[in-house]
Amino acid sequence: MAPSMLAIRETFASLVADGVPHNPRHESSQAADDSPLTAHHSQLANTAVSCKGVTKEFGANGTKTLALRGVDVDVSDGQLTLLVGPSGCGKTTLISIVAGLLNPTEGSVEVLGADLAKLSGRGLVEFRAKNIGFVFQQYNLLPALSAAENAAVPLIINGWPRKKAFAKARAMLATVGLSHRADNFPSQLSGGEQQRVAIARALINEPRLLVCDEPTSALDAKSGHTVMELIKQVAVQPGRAVIVVTHDSRVFEFGDRIVEMSDGRISSDQANVAA
Amino acid sequence: MSWIALRMLTGDRSKYLGLIFGVTFATLLMTQQVSIFMGILARTGNQILDVRDADIWVMDNRVRYLDEAPGLQDIDLMRVRGVPGVAWAVRTYRGVVRARLEDGNTRNVRLSGLDDESLVGAPQEMIAGSMDDLNRPDAVIIDRAGYEYMWGPPAASSSQGGDNGGYQLGRTFQLNDKRAVLVGVCKVAQPFFSDPIIYTRYSQAAFYVPRERNLMNYILVKAQDGVDQKELCGRIEERTGRVALTGRQFFWKTVSYFLSSTGIPVNFGITIALGFIVGAAVTGQTLYLFIVESLKQFGALKAMGIPNRGILWMIVLQAVLVGGIGYGMGVGLTAVFFITTGNITHLAGLHMTWVALLGTGAAVVVIVIATSVISARRVLTLEPAVVFRG
Ligand SMILES: Nc1ncnc2c1ncn2[C@@H]1O[C@H](COP(=O)(O)OP(=O)(O)O)[C@@H](O)[C@H]1O
Ligand SMILES: [Mg+2]
Repeated sequence: MAPSMLAIRETFASLVADGVPHNPRHESSQAADDSPLTAHHSQLANTAVSCKGVTKEFGANGTKTLALRGVDVDVSDGQLTLLVGPSGCGKTTLISIVAGLLNPTEGSVEVLGADLAKLSGRGLVEFRAKNIGFVFQQYNLLPALSAAENAAVPLIINGWPRKKAFAKARAMLATVGLSHRADNFPSQLSGGEQQRVAIARALINEPRLLVCDEPTSALDAKSGHTVMELIKQVAVQPGRAVIVVTHDSRVFEFGDRIVEMSDGRISSDQANVAA
Repeated sequence: MSWIALRMLTGDRSKYLGLIFGVTFATLLMTQQVSIFMGILARTGNQILDVRDADIWVMDNRVRYLDEAPGLQDIDLMRVRGVPGVAWAVRTYRGVVRARLEDGNTRNVRLSGLDDESLVGAPQEMIAGSMDDLNRPDAVIIDRAGYEYMWGPPAASSSQGGDNGGYQLGRTFQLNDKRAVLVGVCKVAQPFFSDPIIYTRYSQAAFYVPRERNLMNYILVKAQDGVDQKELCGRIEERTGRVALTGRQFFWKTVSYFLSSTGIPVNFGITIALGFIVGAAVTGQTLYLFIVESLKQFGALKAMGIPNRGILWMIVLQAVLVGGIGYGMGVGLTAVFFITTGNITHLAGLHMTWVALLGTGAAVVVIVIATSVISARRVLTLEPAVVFRG
C-alpha cells in the first residue's frame, strides 16, 4: 500500500505544482522546507479558517432552532481536521458557514485570509469557485456526465477550455486510482468509486480548503476506509486545509486533529496522537 | 456552462424526448388547427377573390355576406357607369337555387349569372368543355367538386384525352323546374359550403331564379387605369347610395360575418386552446419536473461556484432548446400533413399560414418562458447548503 500511495502523491505533487504558487503563504512555507511532502506539515501550518463567536439560528420567531451557540475554532492547513459529534449537533451547519454557503447569524468567519462577511454575493461565488473544494455525503455527481467530465466541472466553471479540462481530469482520476473508469457514468460506478470521482472533482482546482461532509457514511466499511485513505494521502497537502465532518468513529484514526461538537458548541479539541 | 446544461438535458434520453414530444405535439395541433381555421374561413369569401377581372363590387346596403344579397335596380347600374373613373360596370347575379337531378333528388346550388356579353366573373380555368359553350341554349358550367357531388366521380379517363377527362357533358337537370344542360366543368377556389357552384348567362339565370323584383344583385366594376380603387368606391357610394367595396374589402366583410355569427371560431378556438393547454401542461410539467429533480445537481453546481446568472442561463438554454426543436418538428409535421392531404378535395387549398406559424411560435415562447421562470425560481432560491443535506 505504502509504495503505491507514495506514487500517487508524487503524481499529485507534480500536478499541483503550477497551481500552488498563487498562495503567498504557501510559497513561504515551501521556501522554508525543501521537501514539504515529507515534512511535518502541522509544524509549518498557517491558520486557514478562523471562526469567532459564530452562532446560527434557523427559522422564524415561533420555531427557532439555535444550531450553533457560539463557536470559536481555528483550522490549520497542511493537516486533516475531523469535525465529529452526534447527529444534529451542528456540524453541517458549521462547515456550510465555513464554506461560504450559509451566512452566520452572529460572529466572524475568516477563510484563507478573507473575511466572508465582507465578500459580496458575486465575490463569494467566485471565492468558492477558486478556493474551496466540496465532497458531499451523496456524491452529487451529474448523472449525465462521465467520470472524467464530472471531475472536470470545476475547471469548466472557472473557464478552462474543455479539452484541457478533460485532460487534467483524467490525470486527476489516475491519482484517485480510477483511470480505468474515466469514461463510465456515475450509474455504472460503485458508491466508493463515485466518491473517489467526487474527490477528484473537489481537488482538480487545487483548492486551498477542502470540506467533506460525511464522505463515508453512505459507504460500506471497506470503501469508506479507501476514501479516507485517499483524502489523507492525496488531499492533505501543505497549504491546504482539509475538514472532514463525520460521526463514523471507524474513520477517527485518519484525523490529525479531532474537533468534537455537541449541541452547537465545540466540546473538545485535540491533536490525534494515533494519526 | 452551456455545455453542462446541454449534457444535463440530453443525458436523460426519455425525459428529453418527452419534452420535445410535448412541444412538437402542441405545435402540430396549434399550427394545423389555426391554418385549417384560417383556410376554412377564407373559403367563405373565396368566390369573391375568384373574380379577378373586376375590381369593385357594388351591392345593397343590407348585404352581410356574398350569398345573401337583395336586388339592385337598373338605375343603379346606369349611375355607376356614370361615375368618373369607372372603365366599365356589368350586372351579375349571385344566389342559391334548388336543382333537381334526373333521379328526382334535389340539391342546393350556388348560381352565378354572368353578364351575357362580357362574361365578367367567369371561372378562370376549365377542366372539361369550353366557356364559349355557355352561349348554347340552357347551358351551364359546374365546378369539379359540384360535379362529383351531383353525379359522382368522373369515369376513368382514357389517356388520349378527347373524352373530357371522364366528365360526362350534355347531362341535363332542372333548376327551378327549367332545363339546364351541362356544357363544362371548371376549377374554382374551394368554397365554404359543399354546394355545387354553377355558372350561366345572366339572361339564362333569369329563368332559374324564382321571380323577384330584380335579378341583378351585384354590379361588377372595373376601375380606369391609375384610378385609386378605394377613392372610386367612395365616389360610387356617393352617387348611388349603395355600398361599393373592393374585392379584398368584400372578402374580409364576408369572412368577418362568418367569424362573428357562426360557431366556427368557437369550435376551432376550443381545439387550439386545447392544443395550447395540453402542450403547455405536458411540456411545462416535464420541464419543471426535470429541473426540480435536478435541484441537487444545480445545488452542487452553485456550491462549486456557478453564479445565479449562470444557473439561469443554463435553465433558459435548456428550455429554449426544447422549445426550438419541438417547434421545428411540429411545424415540419404540419407541413407534411398539408402536403400529404393536398389531394383530398375537402382539404384542398388549405396550407400552413404565416399567422399560424407566428402565433404558434409565440405560444411556444410563452410556454417556454413561463416554464423557465417557474422552474428557475425553485433553483435560484435554493440554498446551496442543501447539497450537504442527506
Ligand atoms: N435549514 C435548516 N432549517 C432549520 N433547521 C435546520 C436547518 N439546517 C439545520 N437545522 C437544524 O440545525 C441543527 C443542526 O443541524 P446540522 O448542522 O445538520 O447537524 P449535523 O450535521 O451535526 O447532523 C439541527 O437541529 C437541525 O435540525
Ligand atoms: Mg450533517
